[in-house]
Amino acid sequence: MYDLIVIGGGPAGLAAACAAWEKGLKRILIVERDRELGGILNQCIHNGFGLHYFKEELTGPEYAGRFIRLLADTGVEVRLDTMVLTVTEDRQVHMVGKNTGYRIEKAKAIILAMGCRERTRGAIAIPGQRPAGVFTAGAAQRYVNMEGWLPGRRVVILGSGDIGLIMARRMTLEGARVLACVEVMPYSGGLNRNIVQCLHDYDIPLYLSHTVTDIRGRDRVEQVVVSKVDEHRQPIPGTELVFDCDTLLLSVGLIPENELTRQAGIAIDPRTNGAVVYEDMETSLPGVFACGNVAHVHDLVDFVTAESQRAGRAAADCVLGGTAPEGSVLEVKTGDGVTYTVPQHIRPGRVAKNCDLFFRVNRVCGDSQILVQSGDTPIARFSRDHLAPGEMEHIVLPRSLLEGASGSITVSIREVASK
Amino acid sequence: MKELICIVCPKGCHLQVDEAQDYHVTGNHCPRGEEYGKMELTHPTRVVTSTVRCTGGTHPRCPVKTDAPIPKGLIFQAVRCLDGVELTAPVHAGDIVVPDVCGTGVSFIATRDL
Repeated sequence: MYDLIVIGGGPAGLAAACAAWEKGLKRILIVERDRELGGILNQCIHNGFGLHYFKEELTGPEYAGRFIRLLADTGVEVRLDTMVLTVTEDRQVHMVGKNTGYRIEKAKAIILAMGCRERTRGAIAIPGQRPAGVFTAGAAQRYVNMEGWLPGRRVVILGSGDIGLIMARRMTLEGARVLACVEVMPYSGGLNRNIVQCLHDYDIPLYLSHTVTDIRGRDRVEQVVVSKVDEHRQPIPGTELVFDCDTLLLSVGLIPENELTRQAGIAIDPRTNGAVVYEDMETSLPGVFACGNVAHVHDLVDFVTAESQRAGRAAADCVLGGTAPEGSVLEVKTGDGVTYTVPQHIRPGRVAKNCDLFFRVNRVCGDSQILVQSGDTPIARFSRDHLAPGEMEHIVLPRSLLEGASGSITVSIREVASK
Repeated sequence: MKELICIVCPKGCHLQVDEAQDYHVTGNHCPRGEEYGKMELTHPTRVVTSTVRCTGGTHPRCPVKTDAPIPKGLIFQAVRCLDGVELTAPVHAGDIVVPDVCGTGVSFIATRDL
């Protein structure tokens, strides 16, 4: 019997396991399906990680390396090349490993840290022929950065998410020509800094309010057709641009990988595609926690680390019996302009001093107020001079404020003046 | 007056830099933004990341970065220095892969153990 089994050895699993160890848990197991720890950070060779957490600018492998070294100083057990097949309601974890075969391990607590997957061509139903040369941006990133293959020479990128922007620069530096980055929305889905340092630096045009309407080519991509879209995201006939290219990269969103979560009967929030979680990242199944991109897709690994450490500490408390009584539960509702919140439920009795609340907005706003209400009564206001769907927002609610609310609180945004 | 987006951190502050007033920066939320605004218009620099061949390790490529920012205009010349470089495992994060890139005094260093 383990105290804690952590499923996934990426940044979330590493931070959670280290935090649980520091809190005094002894029998901890990390199960990782890849042949090494570090998860997606291993292929994110660009810099910009760690500014919040380490106060310095690191590359993905360096950020992962720091936590892998921290973990090496603990007694946490790691099983690589091992895939978890099922998690049961009574916290049994079924796994199959290259060297260990089929095993069933039991744990007092479980942390789900499986991360997320990329949306594919099929998920967004791009019309056209089905030649080779259509890749998700993350798959191309792995080919280029870890395996040493260049997936193409003339490239169009659909979607302006951060991975797409990073790959626009990466492919350019490796000698490919990136003809365009195409975004269906009127604003970019990635961080502003990536628009500047990945597109502007290399004169790669960004076509906002455009999408791919045809892929042409029999064996390999030969042309991609891009059309302008109207305000309902419908292609406008007559606006077609034809790009002669051999590769289309897709950076069109990430989906938390929650097959195990669903199988275990854990409640899923359709807004995050992750488990519904409480303030300490506990799911609807007591003793099972979720953190990192499996709970909701983050922009920054630093926030994944912080969230996962909270989950790790909470899991340790849960096993060691240090958890405060549950008490009342507040539901966090999404008001105007807010697409989701994490957590979705708060137990004020279990909030130490402050409760971190993360959310995303559904539109780009200038000067705005974030409003937290209990019923019709405003209980907190936060000012922001800029809000964008591509940037996760974060507010901190003091315990005393939450204890004064009953039933539910609602988070919404009000734009003060449009830019 | 020039408008820039700060790339120092993921916050992405919207900066206004006044070239006429000795590159006076407004819109920044921290001192690093001020420095970036001035630098970007006078002497823009970037940290460059890429990979080199590596034999005998877990993977055939080893990620590298410049250990300090280099002038933006030298980026392509800098990555060309990496062509033909081949490491042999074991490699340690921090190992110098190419010293003094393009005469800048900056080195490409490995960013992981292999």
